[in-house]
Amino acid sequence: MVQYILRRLFGMIPLFFGITIVSFLVIHLAPGSPVTIQTDLNPKMTAEARERLRKFYGLDKPLHIQYYNWVKHLVTLDLGRSFSSDGRPVLDKIKERLSITIFINILSIFLIFLVAIPLGVFSAVYQNSFFDRSTTVFVFIGFAIPTFWLALLLMILFGIHLGWLPISGLKSINYEYLSPLNQLKDRAAHLLMPVLVSAFGGLAGLSRYSRSNMLEIIRQDYITTARAKGLSESKVIYKHALRNSLLPVVTILGLSVPGLIGGSVIFETIYAIPGMGQLFYSAVMMRDYPVIMGELVIGALLTMFGNLLADISYALVDPRIRIR
Amino acid sequence: MGNVKIETIKNNTPESPWRLFWKGFKKNKLAVSGIVIIAGLFIFAVFAPFIAPYDQDAITIKEILQPPSKKHLMGTDDLGRDVLSRIIWGSRVSLLVGFVAVSISIAIGVFLGALAGYYGGSIDGIIMRFVDVMLCFPTFFLILAVIAFWEPSIWKIMLVIGLTSWMGVARLVRAEFLSLKERDFIQAARALGGKDVQIIFRHILPNSLAPVLVNATLGVAGAILIESALSFLGIGIQPPDPSWGNMLTAGKDNIEIAWWLSFFPGFAIFITVMGYNMLGEGIRDAIDPRLR
Repeated sequence: MVQYILRRLFGMIPLFFGITIVSFLVIHLAPGSPVTIQTDLNPKMTAEARERLRKFYGLDKPLHIQYYNWVKHLVTLDLGRSFSSDGRPVLDKIKERLSITIFINILSIFLIFLVAIPLGVFSAVYQNSFFDRSTTVFVFIGFAIPTFWLALLLMILFGIHLGWLPISGLKSINYEYLSPLNQLKDRAAHLLMPVLVSAFGGLAGLSRYSRSNMLEIIRQDYITTARAKGLSESKVIYKHALRNSLLPVVTILGLSVPGLIGGSVIFETIYAIPGMGQLFYSAVMMRDYPVIMGELVIGALLTMFGNLLADISYALVDPRIRIR
Repeated sequence: MGNVKIETIKNNTPESPWRLFWKGFKKNKLAVSGIVIIAGLFIFAVFAPFIAPYDQDAITIKEILQPPSKKHLMGTDDLGRDVLSRIIWGSRVSLLVGFVAVSISIAIGVFLGALAGYYGGSIDGIIMRFVDVMLCFPTFFLILAVIAFWEPSIWKIMLVIGLTSWMGVARLVRAEFLSLKERDFIQAARALGGKDVQIIFRHILPNSLAPVLVNATLGVAGAILIESALSFLGIGIQPPDPSWGNMLTAGKDNIEIAWWLSFFPGFAIFITVMGYNMLGEGIRDAIDPRLR
């Protein structure tokens, strides 16, 4: 087991380099540099001042030297300083947003797990019933709804017309004056719509997958054996079939991490949540290179770790994998 | 025994895979509804100038932010333009982006997948490592970064979406090549002296395209979603050109007073994506038991 983990960790090193190379190339090969943003609108900027600025940011050195310098800093967890007016270290800026995005994503994953798996299992067990067919319709809808549309619709319905939920931010203005219970309720109310929006697509996907998986399992010989032995139907399904159907579900969850992170841009921008997605969006708008590169790398790293966790849990759960 | 009819033997000649596919396809309600929706979309896009009641840029300050009425079936936006007309015109953007982006991703994916699957060894290793790296990135982040730096235009958007969506196709094609490579008919082709290029293009490739078709159809849906997300965030199709995504930006900005600006463009995206998804699933079902 430990060997398996070590092997995977080693395998991640070339991946890490690949990620840094791609991130670096993507940013530096695109036209427009951070200097132009800061200087174009300033009529007093002379050519020398511009050159000095370029030297200051190290943009005048050849690409591979810039890359080498960047990676050197990366490994010591120094992501540089933001190009924006506050010039704070990139790592700090990302760290304060990271927990929020991760928190929302974890909640989404919980929601997905909680709802999608039973949906899929029941659809499979009662195949072609009304429940199954309406779930299929629901899944199709879930795949097709653009998240930003869903976010807007929810906002209109629950935020504006019905006034049940707040439509932006993480907490209300009078948060500090609320009792602890009300504080909790306030936070929950703010998070409800973003989590729902974030989880929606994944929910559809996973319930579909869990359904087809369960269908396959029910047809296996060992299920027939269990029934032939006289076990009650519920024992057959919930004790034997269910366990086996959970295995691949774990990997799917790991694979959906990049989707969740990428999707955070949209709902965080709409619901004004100060998370990683929103930081990325404003950094992109401002051409804040260090923050953009830092977020790309951290996003990819999170994905890698998500995959690793998924693989490890899969190995934990399915002994056949470990023996390799 | 003597009654074995000649007709029965004649009628039993196996049907070509295409015929089988088409028969199964027609029976599949999903696929048919998908095609109907998409056909409708095509008609909208191609005949937009004749169908749309108003011009897409017809600004009428007197009629800004009108709710749906007989005169403007879907209301007007913040510059008095008719929403329905803009939606019809906007279908052109969505369809174009869908097709071109997917064509690019398929071209790259098939090429790399075929190389990796056919030659194996270190070429396979390098290409698959590359695929793994690309899959680690939250795709949307990548696309956002590149497009925002690069002054958005419809062609750049299509290119970037294509450049970030080829990985699934590559894996599929590689898997197909790996399994088809060892089959008898390929050994035969080799024995008859077929060159590599010939074998790849004339023999293996056509047989591996079935799942790629499904992937492509679903990919169009995905590309449309990405383009609308980009336009919604302001880094896609720039106003005043109508794109369903950037119409939703106006929806967000006027969310408290004009629900129709949020509802209709989003609904258009939804129906289109649904159509392509249904078609893709339909193709997948039609292909499955028959050609395998």
